[in-house]
Amino acid sequence: MSGRRALAGALALVLLPACAAGPSSSQPSEVVVFAAASLTGTFTELGTSFEASHPGVTVTFSFDGSAALVDQLQAGAPADVFASADRATMDKATAARLMATTPEVFTTNVLTLIVPKGNPAGITGLDESLKGTKLVACAVGVPCGSATSKLADALAVTLEPVSEETKVTDVRAKVESGQADAGIVYVTDAKASGDKVETIAIAGAEQARNDYLIGTTKGARQAALAAEFVALVKGEQGQRVLAAAGFGT
Amino acid sequence: MIRPPLPRWLALPSAVAAVFLAVPLLALLARVPWRGLPVLLSAPAAVDALWLSLRTCALTTLACLVLGLPLALVLSRGRGAWAALGRTLATVPMVLPPVVAGLALLVALGRRAPLGGWLAGAGVDLAFTTAAVVVAQTFVAMPFLVVSVEGALRSTQDDYAVAAATLGARPTTVLWRVTLPLVAPAIASGAALSFARALGEFGATLTFAGSLQGTTRTLPLEIYLQRELDTDTALSLSVVLIATAALLVAATARFSRAAWSRS
Repeated sequence: MSGRRALAGALALVLLPACAAGPSSSQPSEVVVFAAASLTGTFTELGTSFEASHPGVTVTFSFDGSAALVDQLQAGAPADVFASADRATMDKATAARLMATTPEVFTTNVLTLIVPKGNPAGITGLDESLKGTKLVACAVGVPCGSATSKLADALAVTLEPVSEETKVTDVRAKVESGQADAGIVYVTDAKASGDKVETIAIAGAEQARNDYLIGTTKGARQAALAAEFVALVKGEQGQRVLAAAGFGT
Repeated sequence: MIRPPLPRWLALPSAVAAVFLAVPLLALLARVPWRGLPVLLSAPAAVDALWLSLRTCALTTLACLVLGLPLALVLSRGRGAWAALGRTLATVPMVLPPVVAGLALLVALGRRAPLGGWLAGAGVDLAFTTAAVVVAQTFVAMPFLVVSVEGALRSTQDDYAVAAATLGARPTTVLWRVTLPLVAPAIASGAALSFARALGEFGATLTFAGSLQGTTRTLPLEIYLQRELDTDTALSLSVVLIATAALLVAATARFSRAAWSRS
């Protein structure tokens, strides 16, 4: 549906440059939220409830890796709200003067070990049991990978992953399919995988906690509504939804 | 031969098309940090990715030739429903969305799949190895060779082959001395296209083989990662991919023209 709309939009841009003058005033209000991929479930739920309490308002989401979203913002993508999965990425957005206010921490996430159902490789934790098994983690530099290397340092363990993924969801998929013997993901990912995986909590995981930050953007076209959405996320209802998905509050 | 002129109004839509195709490439080239290019491209991760891509694509092209040429030869002689089915099956991976190709390989050759389990029993563990990269690339690249060569074989006349056979040449001799040399340009352009397709392979590799520097992280996967880390490096590596692809396409065009002027 949105693909078709995008295609139509692209065609309109190519064929009718004179008409590409921006949305008309009669259009209902739209809040555009750019959010880290790990927020997909919770934010979609909050968006639906925001629309219910604000008749005539639609909330449109773009979920992607946090860094990719900053790139898009920098290239002029229209967003009213931006939520990142770590502080470093939000700092990039702030440094590029993309944010209207100082972004604030609204939730946290910690890492955990997951193994395929049945734990075929007999893994017991971040220990000797990982030797010779196929461990998959995030690449250093992306938020979950930086957290992983920070945790490994804090726990003084050396990890030897057979694959370093760009997205935490790719780690999850490889464990769910049984292709990997173990993976390091966020607690929220482990929860989202349901009974396809078994979770082995990492003792001391809180030593590499990821802060999630949210703020309204400088280019916001719906500044008031954007601020209201941020308030919803930080408020009682938002925190309840996040906690239910495994996020820290 | 003098061709009749084209209608003048074609100028506008054709110009729009040309601009539409050229603008993204030019925009990318304009953003590339040319001065920092040597430094960015000599980073260990970049060198590893480039080297891995060249090695795996060379192996993939070899696999495409060894396995794809026989298939193209057999298909070119096929008539009827089975041949049509075979031709379709050989073409599908060409247009398959890359992620779907990866999923298909995963359920066929993954560690939990029957065939993968059987391979593991035989001591072959593909998961997260360079071999898995070659398998993924070959799956998506071989159709280009098969389609290119099969098409050429079907449009060449059998006169020489028939003459050679009548003169007592055995089938293998006819194949090496007559049939294959006649379609050599198509083989060359098919191989170049396979190499180019393998070089750009991304989704199947990511899904099926994983991403580890020096082992499975080919050039496109490194670009995908660097997009998150350092845009300048991602752009520089993109230039390498574009340049290689352009060279291969130009070479292919040459082969095709050679084939055209011969026939």
